[in-house]
Parts: sequence; C-alpha cells; structure tokens
Amino acid sequence: MKEITASMAGTVLNIFTTKGNQVQLGQEVVMLESMKMEIPIESTSEGLVLDVKVSIGDFVNEGDVLIVLE
Amino acid sequence: MQKILIANRGEIALRIIRTCQEMGIETIAIYSEADKEMPFVKAATMAFCVGEPPVNKSYLQVDKILEIAKREKVDAIHPGYGFLSENATFAKRAIEEGIIFIGPNPATIELMGDKIISRQTMEKAGVPVVPGSGCGIKAIEEAIVLADTIGFPVMLKASGGGGGIGMVFCEDEQALVKSFAQTKARAMAYFGSDEVFIEKYIKDARHVEVQVFGDSHGNIVHLFERNCSVQRRHQKVIEESPSPCLSDHSRNMMFETALKAASAVNYTNAGTIEFIVDEKENFYFLEMNTRLQVEHPATEMITGLDLVKWQILISRGERLPLLQDEITLSGHAIEFRLYAEDPVRFFPSPGKISRLEWSHSAGVRIDSGYDEGSVVTPFYDPMIAKVIIHNETRVKALEEAVRFFKDLKIEGIKTNAPLFLNVLTDNDFQKGKYTTSFLTKKLVN
Repeated sequence: MKEITASMAGTVLNIFTTKGNQVQLGQEVVMLESMKMEIPIESTSEGLVLDVKVSIGDFVNEGDVLIVLE
Repeated sequence: MQKILIANRGEIALRIIRTCQEMGIETIAIYSEADKEMPFVKAATMAFCVGEPPVNKSYLQVDKILEIAKREKVDAIHPGYGFLSENATFAKRAIEEGIIFIGPNPATIELMGDKIISRQTMEKAGVPVVPGSGCGIKAIEEAIVLADTIGFPVMLKASGGGGGIGMVFCEDEQALVKSFAQTKARAMAYFGSDEVFIEKYIKDARHVEVQVFGDSHGNIVHLFERNCSVQRRHQKVIEESPSPCLSDHSRNMMFETALKAASAVNYTNAGTIEFIVDEKENFYFLEMNTRLQVEHPATEMITGLDLVKWQILISRGERLPLLQDEITLSGHAIEFRLYAEDPVRFFPSPGKISRLEWSHSAGVRIDSGYDEGSVVTPFYDPMIAKVIIHNETRVKALEEAVRFFKDLKIEGIKTNAPLFLNVLTDNDFQKGKYTTSFLTKKLVN
C-alpha cells in the first residue's frame, strides 16, 4: 500500500481521480490551493486507487494523506 | 474617532496601526492561531484571536469580528486589502451595528465587485471598456460565438474574480473549450459564483492604474498613476509611479477618465481605477478596486501624503484635505513585493525567517509584516514585505534598488529577491519598456 500526501498545507481545489481508477507515476491527482497558488500533487507511483481521503474544499496539512494506492 | 478595529493581518495591519498611533487612535487587532507571534499582534493596543489558521475560520469570520468590534466598542473598522475589504455584506453589517466602515458605501462595493456590472456601469458613463461580453456567459456555444465576433485570443474571467485568480488566456477556440468548464468550476470554488465572461486579450499591454479619492461632500481627486505591469500569475510584483514611457497626453486622459469613472458611482474614500493600455496608448477600464491598494506606498512616496490618514478623515465625514491643484508629485517611486517563494517557478516557500537584515537609508521605506525569527505559515498570501524606493529620478531609484537587494540578507526561506536583481539589470526594464508579459518572456529566455 502506498500513500500520496500533501506537499504543503492548503485547500483541496480539485481531485482528478476516484476509487478504483488506475493512476500513473507523475500523474496529477489532486490540485491544492495554498498561499494564492495552485499546487498540483502528482502520484508518487503507479497503482490502483484504494481510497480518496479528502473532498473538495477540505483543508489539509503538510503530510496529510490524500490518496491511498494499492 | 478613538478606536479602530483592523480586520487584517501582516504588513497592512502594521501600516494602519502606524497612522492610528500618529493620530492618537487606539487599535484593536484580530489574529488567527497561526499569527499569534506576528509583529502586528504586539503592535496593536489590544489583540484578540478569532480562530483557527485557515482564512475561512479566522479572517473571514464576519460574525466573530463584528462581535469583537461591538464588545470593544470600536468606532470604526479598517478592512485593509483582501479578506473582507471588498465584502459588501460585511460593510453593511458593520454600519448596521453603528460602526463606521473605512471604505466606500456597501452599494458601491457591490456594484464594482461584480466585474460584469462594473463594465456595464462604466460603459454607460462613457468610460472605454475592453471589448467583450455585456453579460454573463452560460454555455460554451455562447462563448465561442462571442469570441469569434471580438476575435481570438481572449481572456476568460470569473465575474466575481479578483487578485488574479479565475482568469485564463485562450489562444483559440480549442483552448476556450478546454478551459471553459474548468474556469466555471474554479470560479465557483473561489468566489461562490460560476458566472464567467469574455474580454478581448490586449497584446503587449501595460497595466496602469489611477489612485482616486472621494469625500461625502461630492469632491473627487486623483493622486496620479501607478504602472503595475511586472506580474506573475496576473499578480503584481513591482509597481512604479509615475509610469515610464507614457505620454503626458495619455496620462492626463487617464486621470480625467478615472475621475469620470469615480464620479459615475459617487465614489467615496480610497479607490483605484485599473486600466489596460495597449501599444498605441489606447486604454480601457479593467476594474475598480474599492479599497486601499497593496501598492499605495508608491503614491505616498511621490505625493508625500498619508493615504490611510485620508481614509480615516473621509470616513469621519470630513472633506478631502487637498484640492486637485494642491496635490503635487515629486520624483519617482518604485515598490517591490518581497514574496516567500521560489524565484524561478514561483512556488510558495513557507518557513522560519532565520536571518533578516536590510539596510535602512534615506528614500527607502520597508513595510514589513515579519521580523527576523518570524515564521511564514502556509495559510496566507506569501508576501512578507514591500520595499519602496523613492528618489529624484527613476534612474537613481533603480540604482538604489540594486544596492538594496545586493545588501539584503534573508535566510531560512526562499524569496524572489534574486528575481528583482535580474529585472533591475534588464535593458528593457531600465528603459521602462515592459508589458504584463515581461516576466513570462524573461523566464522563458
């Protein structure tokens, strides 16, 4: 099991995948908004999305788990 | 007026406190849990925590802020810029509680806050606007037809937008189709309304704005212009006044037009009319900011006036302190926004400022929100300070700026200071020949 975490604190602006989807290494999976800047979060490996831990509008802290991969 | 609540944080809260102290007015600061060690909290007469770090749990908490204002029996609220400064509901509710809102009346804030309605209002007043939509666009088909009529490329914008967010450049129909749904979704997420509109993209444009002031006795004056064309992500980085490479004829036309625009809405207090200026110096109304501007110190340095003091005087019902022909301009001022960010990709760089040393000299003003040892948290705008340099001429001001940024020592976080040195030594910038695409083009090369 692998986890994709937030690289910095911010608000979840968009989520580009859902549970059951396959993602590639480097694929943009979440868009965070932090300090008036959109920060794309890329998948750190390829795999099946087991769970999306956040919803659009949520505030996340640095290191929070966004997505769990198989 | 004895006591003012400042509904803001960082450098602008400190800036407002400074004028209040000079005028013998007590200040109430509000702060989030993340900001409790910030200099503005300590500088205010009293300070109260309003909530958790995220803005919607602290600096945007209208009920809590008004509750503190009432409890502390403040006479007025200064909203600064950003946050609640252009929130008509907040202004209205403050007034209903018998508290003065330091800004224009709520109806004007509402009118100018909607970018489509403000365009319509200005068109009616005879102010030139950028060719584009007369009303909000619902469907992509409508957007394509309109974009074809005015001609690509176009800018797709959120009607409730501001601060450079919710604007997308669309080169052609394909790009417009690609961006349409996304821009609507983003507008909804940021501004609570998915209304969008289209404007013609003005190539090689400059962003020049005129500072205006109105009082409740029907007087309106301008305080000259600021050129804010050095931008990244449609957000300003460097501003200067007066604008280089702009003919006197165009400047005077812009002043006249700005006064016409402000009169059309019976404007009171501090406001800024933003224009976009094309290669031939044709200019068009972009939007009006109904608040004190981040870059107001550039105007203060060339006029020798205190704009926050003017705001306070006007909000107490006094007349403008000076008539138009009593307002004079001296020398050249340039402001640099020092951001906690990577100077190449512009990604934010929060962290603790472990070292901060800058040289104070005549003609150099530093409006900083942070001290050495302060922590830049990831919750707010990354601007840590504004450096404003004033000198007899633009050339001398730029030379002074180079000295300042060469001497600047800041450690612990990344900042855009190296970018300023690049800009300052750039040939086109030195000649004053630059447009809003300046930074993007320079970075590509």
